[in-house]
Amino acid sequence: MTRTGIYRSRSGTPDSKTSAGNDGGGGGGGTTVMRVIVPLQGVVQGRGGLVLGSVIPCAFFYFLQFYLKRNRRDEPVSESDPANQNSGSSPDNSGSSSPTQSELTGLSRSLSRVIISPRSSGAHVSVSGRANSILKGGDSPYHLGLKRVEEDPYDELGNPDGIIELGLAQNKLSSALVSDQNLIGLSLSGIASYEPSDGLMELKMVVAKLMSEATKNAVCFDPSQLVLTSGAASAIEILSFCLADSGNAFLVPTPCSPGFDVDVKWRNGVEIIHVPCRSSDNFNISVTALDRTFSQAKKRGVRIRGIIISNPSNPMGRLLSRENLYALLDFAREKNIHIISNEIFACSIHGDEEAEFVSIAEIADTEENLDKERVHIVYDLSKDLSFPGLRAGAIYSFNENVLAASRKLTTLSPVSSPSQHLLMSAISKPEFLQTYVKTNRQRLQRIYSEFVKGLKGLGIECTRSNGGLFCWADMRGLISSYSEKGEIELWNKFLDIGKFNVTPGSCCHCIEPGWFRFCFSNLSEKDVLVVMNRIRKVCVTCKSQN
Amino acid sequence: MGLPLMMERSSNNNNNNVVELSRVAVSDTHGEDSPYFAGWKAYDENPYDESHNPSGVIQMGLAENQVSFDLLETYLEKKNPEGSMWGTKGAPGFRENALFQDYHGLKTFRQAMASFMEQIRGGKARFDPDRIVLTAGATAANELLTFILADPNDALLVPTPYYPGFDRDLRWRTGVKIVPIHCDSSNHFQITPEALESAYQTARDANIRVRGVLITNPSNPLGATVQKKVLEDLLDFCVRKNIHLVSDEIYSGSVFHASEFTSVAEIVENIDDVSVKERVHIVYSLSKDLGLPGFRVGTIYSYNDNVVRTARRMSSFTLVSSQTQHMLASMLSDEEFTEKYIRINRERLRRRYETIVEGLKKAGIECLKGNAGLFCWMNLGFLLEKKTKDGELQLWDVILKELKLNISPGSSCHCSEVGWFRVCFANMSENTLEIALKRIHEFMDRRRRKEKMIN
Repeated sequence: MTRTGIYRSRSGTPDSKTSAGNDGGGGGGGTTVMRVIVPLQGVVQGRGGLVLGSVIPCAFFYFLQFYLKRNRRDEPVSESDPANQNSGSSPDNSGSSSPTQSELTGLSRSLSRVIISPRSSGAHVSVSGRANSILKGGDSPYHLGLKRVEEDPYDELGNPDGIIELGLAQNKLSSALVSDQNLIGLSLSGIASYEPSDGLMELKMVVAKLMSEATKNAVCFDPSQLVLTSGAASAIEILSFCLADSGNAFLVPTPCSPGFDVDVKWRNGVEIIHVPCRSSDNFNISVTALDRTFSQAKKRGVRIRGIIISNPSNPMGRLLSRENLYALLDFAREKNIHIISNEIFACSIHGDEEAEFVSIAEIADTEENLDKERVHIVYDLSKDLSFPGLRAGAIYSFNENVLAASRKLTTLSPVSSPSQHLLMSAISKPEFLQTYVKTNRQRLQRIYSEFVKGLKGLGIECTRSNGGLFCWADMRGLISSYSEKGEIELWNKFLDIGKFNVTPGSCCHCIEPGWFRFCFSNLSEKDVLVVMNRIRKVCVTCKSQN
Repeated sequence: MGLPLMMERSSNNNNNNVVELSRVAVSDTHGEDSPYFAGWKAYDENPYDESHNPSGVIQMGLAENQVSFDLLETYLEKKNPEGSMWGTKGAPGFRENALFQDYHGLKTFRQAMASFMEQIRGGKARFDPDRIVLTAGATAANELLTFILADPNDALLVPTPYYPGFDRDLRWRTGVKIVPIHCDSSNHFQITPEALESAYQTARDANIRVRGVLITNPSNPLGATVQKKVLEDLLDFCVRKNIHLVSDEIYSGSVFHASEFTSVAEIVENIDDVSVKERVHIVYSLSKDLGLPGFRVGTIYSYNDNVVRTARRMSSFTLVSSQTQHMLASMLSDEEFTEKYIRINRERLRRRYETIVEGLKKAGIECLKGNAGLFCWMNLGFLLEKKTKDGELQLWDVILKELKLNISPGSSCHCSEVGWFRVCFANMSENTLEIALKRIHEFMDRRRRKEKMIN
């Protein structure tokens, strides 16, 4: 056929090759290449010629179809979505766009949900390959034995026929010496031993209650879907590891939390692709922008595994509405990716009464299983309880695979036992909890208003913030040049002249220079005045320079 | 013997033998050069205080909530009037402890750890508190070191039999491989230079880059200390191959006779050559020696400044709770208590070990001669019907189901000889241990009777 034709016409030098070909094997030439080509020639020209000449290309064709089909399954509907096409022109360019332009885009997509994107795309969102190998890795007898003892533990009086544990290298011979030191009010035996690395169930129950309280009980969090870790950083790192393989990426709307870079990327080899939000849109997340960034990444051959958002957002302190969350979930469903919602400031809502914290769990709860599986929440006890030293973060997920893999990984970052007990004692009383949440809210509200008022008095505006411990201030009028350099110069002035530390927008990957994050939650009302005076001092130097 | 050779060699090495760290370790993804961290530092160095330091730096770069402290503080104090959540010796300010999340760790706690580690080694080595990095357990410490010393698809050489958890801790997230250094009973499972070379070559043949050797000293599951000569040979080997040496010494306080333990710290103590010292790292934890595994306190001690710095930053994923640090700091720095504890603990472990080994001997079972740890290494090879891994697992299953004893088969520990089992003895009362031994005796009696009947 064609192939033999090509080979024939290629065998420029004559006889040695042809004769070698007729031999059917073993090249006349000395090189390995010849040894391969010549027998191929022989096969194609000679005995198998017709058959192989047709079989090989057919096989290749079918293989290609199979491969394409498999990959097509990952992104079912996106291109044919008319809502998508309508909003093809970037809302960023429309100068007169109202602040809710992008939200409208989001809204139209959510309205069209029922019609266009099917409720369930039929595709399971997958966890990372490396999470799968953790799950698949069966337990060795070493671990199996430990499990068996847990099911049937020997007890001298209560269960004399039980299994005696001789497989756990734990030293209880001298515990009395330690407890005699009167370390703690509790008996050591309650807290010294090995415990499940993902946290005590009693603590998980109170954490679940606290999280539910934050949503005013719109969501009833299930403690068995919680995994406790030594801090939110570890929770984010573990989720990032379980949802993405090395070389994959997450979409992150910016400005975002400064900590994501380390937590998501450092040890996981996972990338973050920023999706800039702009002041002209009030820094709202635009699904169109997400979509565009997704397609660009795809073209470059980068596989996006999920979106990471913060709610309330960091650094703006904005609460996401139900519509926002639905639109994001829609997008995630279309692209068959995950959503990680960083809700560590859920109890730090300080806006007025209308300000409502809606957890993405509430949205996920109303969806079918396939959508639930793509939703994961990060929580941090320390933020809301003012106790970061204790190191207690949490992963909440609806995805059994993610939960199973995360649980195993908590051996690498578990919560200390006495701290778990301290936390339980702190948050187990519902009355205290409710009082705490309410009082905290009021105090944050007071400081926030004082702070924002003070800034306004200096001619500095902030974006409207309803939650979190910070405000997002527009200092573009103070920077010497509209660039990151200008921003850092101002930041240095704040530190050297003003003697206060704030976070420049570039650390939050804000695409517009001149924005700064001010955390006010560790200030007293008196401190606010001191801060304003210092800011004024810096403003004066800026104005005199400009 | 090893030492003079090493010193001779090292003087020729100059800077060519600077041992390398992983790509993750040298990347700047940790972002610590950003204003975000620079600002924190400026605040740490000169923190504002309304009365004491009114011109200090005000911190508004850290999203921490302090507006409702007092509520929590009052509530907890009412519940724990003796301030017992912190430890009895002078409860610190609730505020400073609650907020403390500095990855350097509490200075007093690090000093206490350093002094405790020195005491365990009978003062034969000094530990600098500033080289101590705290992690939430030795598991985390081992993983962290692996991230720092090796890249994905590189290997660490680990002598067999080894702790089954290493397969998880060293490999799960790091992508690093374990290449076994095969040891056998012919020389009491000690590491030989030939076994080292053979393991290294195996890795090389498979095109795998070896980054270090990781040993456990005293060994788990053998329950025996590593001889001084072997340690010297190991360090020698690591210098020659320009790789790291990690010594997991979490059972160092559980050696029955203090004189029988040589820490790699003692070997390094007398070496001035930084290029030799820089490749040595020690892992320690309070879980085994103090019986406080739930507290999750581990440490990395490294003679390499870059490793210390990187490990500190990385430890932010796995910090030790500030409350825990505070609770233990005063106890660990009480030298009178720690000296007494270490002494009594060693004695009790030794007695327990002798009880179980004697008991097993009476039943006709031999153990490896051990001198440390919370377990003994028992030889049941003679009981195996099939001298294979399957045969061993069958026996394990019988022991679990019939005798209701959970012991760990050597194959889980990657032992190259079948029939060995690890038996722990320190986590139960004496009565329970007697019951366990009784069950074993009865089992052995039954077997003998059965054999007699067959014969």
